[in-house]
Amino acid sequence: MAAISREEVAHLARLSRLAVTEEELDRFAGQFDVILQSVARVGEVAADGIPPTSHSVPLTNVYREDVPTPSLTQEAALSGAPDAYEGRFRVPRILDEEE
Amino acid sequence: MTDLTRLNAASLADLIATKQVSAVEVATAHLDRIAAVDDRVHAFLHVSRAEALAAAERVDRGEVTGPLAGVPIAVKDVVATEGIPTTAASKILEGWKPPYDATIVARLKAAGMPILGKTNMDEFAMGSSTEYSAYGPTKNPWDLGRIPGGSGGGSSAAIAAYEAPLAIGTDTGGSIRQPGAVTGTVGAKPTYGGTSRYGLIAFSSSLDTPGPCARTVEDAALLHAVIAGHDPRDSTSINQSVPDVVAAARLGKNGDLTGVKLGIVKEFAGDGSEPGVTAAFRESLDALVKLGAEIVEVSCPHFEYALPAYYLIAPSEASSNLARFDGVRYGLRTGDDGNRSLEEVMSLTRDEGFGPEVKRRIILGTYALSSGYYDAYYGQAQKVRTLITRDFQSAFEQVDVLVSPTTPFTAFPFGSRTSDPYQMYLADLFTIPTNLYGGPAISVPCGLSEGLPVGFQIMAPTMADDRMYRVAAALESAVGTLTPPAL
Repeated sequence: MAAISREEVAHLARLSRLAVTEEELDRFAGQFDVILQSVARVGEVAADGIPPTSHSVPLTNVYREDVPTPSLTQEAALSGAPDAYEGRFRVPRILDEEE
Repeated sequence: MTDLTRLNAASLADLIATKQVSAVEVATAHLDRIAAVDDRVHAFLHVSRAEALAAAERVDRGEVTGPLAGVPIAVKDVVATEGIPTTAASKILEGWKPPYDATIVARLKAAGMPILGKTNMDEFAMGSSTEYSAYGPTKNPWDLGRIPGGSGGGSSAAIAAYEAPLAIGTDTGGSIRQPGAVTGTVGAKPTYGGTSRYGLIAFSSSLDTPGPCARTVEDAALLHAVIAGHDPRDSTSINQSVPDVVAAARLGKNGDLTGVKLGIVKEFAGDGSEPGVTAAFRESLDALVKLGAEIVEVSCPHFEYALPAYYLIAPSEASSNLARFDGVRYGLRTGDDGNRSLEEVMSLTRDEGFGPEVKRRIILGTYALSSGYYDAYYGQAQKVRTLITRDFQSAFEQVDVLVSPTTPFTAFPFGSRTSDPYQMYLADLFTIPTNLYGGPAISVPCGLSEGLPVGFQIMAPTMADDRMYRVAAALESAVGTLTPPAL
């Protein structure tokens, strides 16, 4: 049995904001099956009661002095934007026309 | 006259400091070499000739001094360089010029090191061959029909091809060490948090570690010393003094390892390494024993789960990190015809801008983090990470360093591992455990297998980077460095 269906891959691609093509879906679905069966091996390890490690450095909240320092200018921050308008990032519409 | 491109960084620094050659001459020699050979090697995505020469002139005017002043360097394209294109070898960032420098780049500049250009890599550092670069692969200078390793294949190939004496790489699962191994060069991953991530385009934030690529262990240590150290702009940067890696490398050169215990990992035996890799590794072990080292077999029972744990953790973090490529703040935007919604434009942009391996990992990470699967995949992988860390800690109670081959196979021909993504992942079998643990590790050339370089890996406890440099330099003194055939 496949570990993951083509429909599930399509759903995950939507969640990931990837407009994948039908051809990509066909290819990825088969490849994910192999990859997932391999990575699922982590389940073989008896790890009940073992604390998770998110990070190898034993640090919690790192604070700095709350002092203003220079940062990027508005112009520099917008320098790589695909579209800008009056000093701001310009985006496609986020609401439907009728809303 | 001496060919300046054949000299190591330490010698170049001496010649420049004593005014026997100028920094401009050194930079020019390397820029000319790039112009002569890079159409065949394709180590560089961008050459910053004007910036490099300007930096060299500042050194020649005496405005900057330091242990590597005037020694030119290549920088992996995942590291932000102000005003110089930085793409992470992705179409989604084609032509992007960062408005700021990564901390490590600022340190290179402060050290008077001219930046020659940006090196090719697998897109967003995901891969082991540079075949996933959106701009075409880099060729291995040892055999132009073979991969240079990855993700940092461009940095290691640039050094092997004498286009640069030093380069910056980043190592998330082996991306400095495996390219070092297959190109016959040195590649070191510092302790996680020992070198700043500020200005690295993030792949897997709990694993990403920038580090040095060089042709000798001492050169790698010199570069390590320039870039390492606490950075308040990186919240996971370690606020401790950096171990004296340069002194350790110089100590190691004397070839005395009396009393040093080297651990070989029982679970790495029978791992499917190529016979020539195993043979070169065994011969190097014998050489180290002759220098006085003692070999101890240790057990790290969870190492066999490192690869599966890594391929859950790294894609999970990547799926989150790469959400920033939304077609709004930088890079590509596609399909914005005035009718499509933000979400449609974002999805079209990301599908066009990302290559297949990046998409695979984003989708895999999204899966591993989704409700219903989180505990079984990402959560379980984090627990396995704890157990792998404990394996390391227990091993380092018995030995000073762990040693292994760097990668199970030498440089493979282009196309031989791209059809099955998991076959590519196996290149990182020996390098990944260290990333999950966070300790330092280095790959040193240790011989040839059927004419191709083999790498020897030395893994040390966290913040004991000096220890690996000492052993690495001792090995180098015993087996020598490798010289590729003329291009």
